[in-house]
Parts: sequence; structure tokens; C-alpha cells
Amino acid sequence: MVSISLEQVGVSLGRRTVVRNASATFRAGALAGIVGPNGAGKSTLARAMLALVPHIGRILVDDAEVATMPRAELARRVAYLPQGQTLHWPLTVERLVELGRLPHLAPMSRIGDADGAAIERAIERADIAALRDRVATELSGGERARVLLARALAVEAPALIADEPLASLDPGHQIDVMELLHGEARAGALVIAVLHDLTMAARYCDRLVLIDRGTIVADGTPAEVLTPANLKSVYGIDARVELAGDWPTVTALGRSR
Amino acid sequence: MTISRPLLIAGLIALTLAAAIGSILFGPVHLSLARMIAAFTGHGDRIATTILLELRLPRMLLGLGVGAMLGLAGAALQGYLRNPLAEPSVLGTSNAASLGAVAALYFGLAALHPVVLPVLAVLGALLSLAGLSALAGRSESPLTLILAGIAIATLATAGVSLALNLSPNPFAAMEIMTWLLGSLENRSFEHVWIAYPCIAIGGLLLLWDGRALDALTLGEDGAQALGVDLRRTRIRLLLGTAIGVGGAVAVSGAIGFIGLIVPHLVRPLTDRSPSAILIPSAIGGAALLTFADVAVRLIDTRNELKLGVVTAFLGVPVFLIHLMRERRLW
Repeated sequence: MVSISLEQVGVSLGRRTVVRNASATFRAGALAGIVGPNGAGKSTLARAMLALVPHIGRILVDDAEVATMPRAELARRVAYLPQGQTLHWPLTVERLVELGRLPHLAPMSRIGDADGAAIERAIERADIAALRDRVATELSGGERARVLLARALAVEAPALIADEPLASLDPGHQIDVMELLHGEARAGALVIAVLHDLTMAARYCDRLVLIDRGTIVADGTPAEVLTPANLKSVYGIDARVELAGDWPTVTALGRSR
Repeated sequence: MTISRPLLIAGLIALTLAAAIGSILFGPVHLSLARMIAAFTGHGDRIATTILLELRLPRMLLGLGVGAMLGLAGAALQGYLRNPLAEPSVLGTSNAASLGAVAALYFGLAALHPVVLPVLAVLGALLSLAGLSALAGRSESPLTLILAGIAIATLATAGVSLALNLSPNPFAAMEIMTWLLGSLENRSFEHVWIAYPCIAIGGLLLLWDGRALDALTLGEDGAQALGVDLRRTRIRLLLGTAIGVGGAVAVSGAIGFIGLIVPHLVRPLTDRSPSAILIPSAIGGAALLTFADVAVRLIDTRNELKLGVVTAFLGVPVFLIHLMRERRLW
């Protein structure tokens, strides 16, 4: 069972310290959300877990440090869905999903049967079979989000980190994506998602990590983390938190004075 | 208009073979087919054998090799820099190789031995690589690399202009200008032996990272998270371009636009992924440059037409078509 552990992690970008003294452990079988205001350091923390930015402290995937792990090895263990939907070339959906098999391929080698099967599974799970021959740059935002998610699923890594997978999606597509991430976690994967929508985060995540100015200020179940006091101190808002079924819903009432 | 990859490659190989045969058949001296066959089978007269084996054969081989290298380097750089307007000169490589060659002409070193000029050109390309690495540092941003490349290219072009400006006599200036126009005329197997090892090493280095170029479609973070070591990819790409293009420009002179237009010509026939256009661009480059070199011999002009001039003219219609497509006029 895969795990990702952060031990007193700090990240500086240029002269600015973006993440301070962050410690947390993420385990398989759960969907964890990283939440916090703009510029809090959520994406930077996610990028540090993939060794995309240098860090101090230790980040371990199972028992191996990401800083010294070969890139391909890390890529096979942790799949990543970057922020945004940038695509530099007009690839077909199928070719795009195929990129997910890259960590498993030697240079100049061909896609094998096992890779083909993994690609088919990812296409099926993301429900994009009808789009497979379309050019990815010509898809709508919602379609493209599902295709990029399928690309990350095609890695078939035991862990998946998704950075703002709901950005620019309508509520229906947001639910589709969260159901998919939730399903992956239920199937045994370790899933971490950086999220802005607190109600979506509360609805689908087993656990939330709240970050403020680079520091983890709360870590627990959505009901434990999304309290009016935390929302006031971190987001600077007065909010009403109500329980809807098993999860809290957050309504921002206004800026706190 | 995607066509299957085996069909595309087969079509391009057929075109390249046609260009290669044309390059052997046509020249200022008309040779009958019987004389040519006799020369190739070792029973030909001395003149036909000399023309075919010592002039046309190395010229054909250089046309194929140089064209392949320029096409491949253009495709790899467009993929790496994620910029469809990239070509070898964007990194200053071909300009630096030109400066090396011009230095050989300016200082009269080229007259000492035929290999001095190409060797200095390759050295110029390698020096540009060192300059590029120093200027771009460890940054993985394509913009930093392009800016560093423009700085190197500008410096090399200034050096060439200085050599022309200060040339000791009009003949030296003329010699430099003629070389700068690019040509495969009067090349020998010595040139082939200089260019081909460089092209082979450069080509392999550029082909190595096809999948990494595809992964860069997702941006730098996306590619690295797929296991791509961007630092190593960049080293291989820069080394491959410097060695391969340096070796090619060293024997052909400054031939532009092949690296720019060939990837544009083959891309619509592929699935448009950067790796899918590498080999077709190499074969297409070989065919296009060799055809251009045949055209140079067939077009009757008062002064000898230079290959670099023809390839520059070829670039115009390709970009007009792209412009019209962009403006949705066609």
C-alpha cells in the first residue's frame, strides 16, 4: 500500500518562502483535499511531492525520498495532473492518453500490449471512448478535463496528485471529475487533489489539509477542518457551515471585519 | 489528412530515391545511360567515371545527408521549443558554423587543405554550444534558450559582417559571399567523410528524445512528472543540433529554410505529435534538398544559381499557404 509522507517540508521560490515546516502523511484508499486561499502554497506543495521544485525536509513515497529517486521511478509511483489545460500541439485524444504510458517505456521503444490495455482502461474509466479520434485542442473545457484525467489514469500509478482538476468546469463536470477521483481512492489508490471549491472538497474528500501562507493550519475530516473559525482566520470570511447529510456545506456570507 | 505512417514513410522514401536518381542523372555534362552504367560497373571511360563517382555521387550523398539533418533538427527543435517557427538557426548553431567557415576563408586557411574549412565550421558550431549553455544556464524555459540562441546568432552574424567589411581584397569578400549562399557543387568524398559522422551522431541524439518531445506537449511540469529528465533531454538536443547541423553546414554553406519548412510540410500528414514528424522530416528534408540541388543544375542562369537561394525561395509559398490557412482564406 503506497504512502506519501512529508516531514518538515519547506519550499522557497527565489527569495520567497512558499511552504513552511509542512508535515503530513497520505495513505492509500483515501481521497485527500488540499485547500486554502490563493497563493497559500497548495500547488507548490503538490509540485514538491513530485520533485518539480526543490525542497528542504523530507518527502517520502513509501520509504524512498523523492529528491533522489530517478524521475521515471517517481513517475511510475505517482501520477500527476498539472494545473491548467495547456496543450502545445493538437494531438488526438488517443495519442494524448498514450503519453501516460511514457514512464513505463524505454526510449525509442513501441507501445506494448500491456500499455494498450492500460490506455483502454483509462479511456473507459474517464468515459471518453467517443472522443478518442478527436483533436484534444478542439474539445470543450469539460471534455478536455476528462481527457487529461484519463492521461493521468493511464500511468496506472498507485498514487495520483491532481492540481485544481475542477478549474473552469461547470457543476456537472465538477461532479463527474470528483466521482472519478473518489472512485480511484475507493479502488485502493492514494489520491490528493488541490481544490478551491470547499463544498465539493467536503462532499467528496475523506480528509482535508488546510494551508494558510505556506503553513498547514488544520488537518482532519472535512467537518473538523471547515469550521467557521478556520474559515475566518484563513480566508478572512464569515461563513455559514451546515451539515448536509454526512458532509458540511459552506456558504460564504461576506468578508469578516 | 493523416495518412498511415508506413505509407507516409514509403512515399517519402520513394521521393528521396527519385531525387537521388535525378542527382546522378543530371549535370552540366550530358552522359548517356549506357556510359553511366558502364562507369558504375567499373567498365566506363575515365571522364564518365570521374564525373559520376567523384562529383555526382558525393554531391548526391551530401544532398541527402545535409537535407536529412536540417529537416530532423528543425522538427526536433520545433518540438522541444514548442514553437512551429523554430529551426536550427534559432539556436545560433548554423550562424556559428558559418562564422567558423568564414574565418577559414578570411585568414586564407581554407586554401591550405579542403578539410580546414569544414573542420573550423564544426568547431564554430561546438563553440556556439558552449556559449549557449553559459548564457542559458540551468533554466529549462524555452524562452531563455531562444534568447541565448538569438544572442549567439547575432554575434556570429556580426562576425561574418566584420569579415566581409575588413576583407583584404574584393576576391576574398566574393569568396565569402559565395560560400554564404550555400552550395553542394564541387564537393568530394572528403566532405562526405566529414559530414556523415557528424550527421549520424547528431541524428541519433535528436531521435533519442522523441517521446520526451511528445510529453512536452503537456508543458514542463507535465513532462517531468511523466519521468522525463528535461536537463538531459536538453543536453542531447543541443549537442545533436551542434554536431549534426555544424557538420552539415560545414560542407554545404548556409542553407536555410529546410529545417523550417519540411516539418510544416509533413506535419499535416501525421498525427501531429512531435515524435511522429522526426523521421518523416529527415526523409523529407533529404528529398527536398536533393531535388533543389537538381533544380539548381537544370535551371539555366547566366551566373551559377546557388542552392541556398533556391531553398529560400521554396520557403515563401509554404508560409503563404500557412498564412492563408490561418486567415481561413483557404
